[in-house]
Amino acid sequence: MSIGIEHYLVVGAILFVLGVLGIFLNRKNVIVILMAVELILLSVNINLVAFSAFMGDLVGQVFAMMVLTVAAAEAAIGLAILVIYYRGRGTIAVDDVNRMKG
Amino acid sequence: MIQVLAFYLFAGLVIASAVMVIMARNPVHSVLWLILSFFNAAGLMVLVGAEFIAMLLVIVYVGAVAVLFLFVVMMLDIDFAAMRAGFIKNFPLGIAVALILLAELFLGLGAYGAGGIELGTPDGTAAERGDVSNIQAIGALLYGRYIVLFEIAGIILLVAMIGAIVLTHREAKPGARGRQDIGKQIRRRPEEATVMKNPEYGKGVEL
Repeated sequence: MSIGIEHYLVVGAILFVLGVLGIFLNRKNVIVILMAVELILLSVNINLVAFSAFMGDLVGQVFAMMVLTVAAAEAAIGLAILVIYYRGRGTIAVDDVNRMKG
Repeated sequence: MIQVLAFYLFAGLVIASAVMVIMARNPVHSVLWLILSFFNAAGLMVLVGAEFIAMLLVIVYVGAVAVLFLFVVMMLDIDFAAMRAGFIKNFPLGIAVALILLAELFLGLGAYGAGGIELGTPDGTAAERGDVSNIQAIGALLYGRYIVLFEIAGIILLVAMIGAIVLTHREAKPGARGRQDIGKQIRRRPEEATVMKNPEYGKGVEL
């Protein structure tokens, strides 16, 4: 019994689905939605690293680093927006976000 | 055999803690489960020999992003019980979407496992594996062929940092203590800011 690339892809797939499910279930809580997005990006990273390792090409790991960078930047900006939104409105409920009438 | 055992341990814990991230009632617990999830994902990556990415995951996520999340969750004083009101309502739709997505992903996985598509082979741009360590090979690649990507990553982080500071910075009211007046600072000269004194022994200085 050995671990193939399929095992890693299954883990990545389940993590991705859990991230999407988290966005659906926690429709009102922006913080948990941001965490679910982090889960999705983690699953992408697992896929990239698995393909990189099993195919012997390191470019996947370089790109995983890029994804990591973008994920960190996204979390910082998202939480900053959350903080100023809370300052102005006193709530972070997603349902109340209607100022732009989109 | 031990690797197989470790893989199933790490994979099971990643998935279990990811479930807890989205199901936990308290967002602080969610953040802690997220940390556990990233730790185990790092373990998965160590298993295939990608040590550098694994360590980066631990440093960046557990060290920076998770702490940022915890900070924000604790700074905002929010009634989280009211926020979970729609949880039951969204549950059937969420489960349906999740099942469809999972079925599609497994379909793609099965198609990939069945073969038939010729995937591109490494074209020799990648560093040789085996004789050099993972971090050495990534360094050679990152500072050589992909230096532009590396620089772009730095720019992205700089923009994110400046953006976060600009968004959350609050200008102090005029006249408030600690407010910086740059013009006043520049106008200041040594003659009006310092006084020469020559005190006698045993006597203090009157200011």
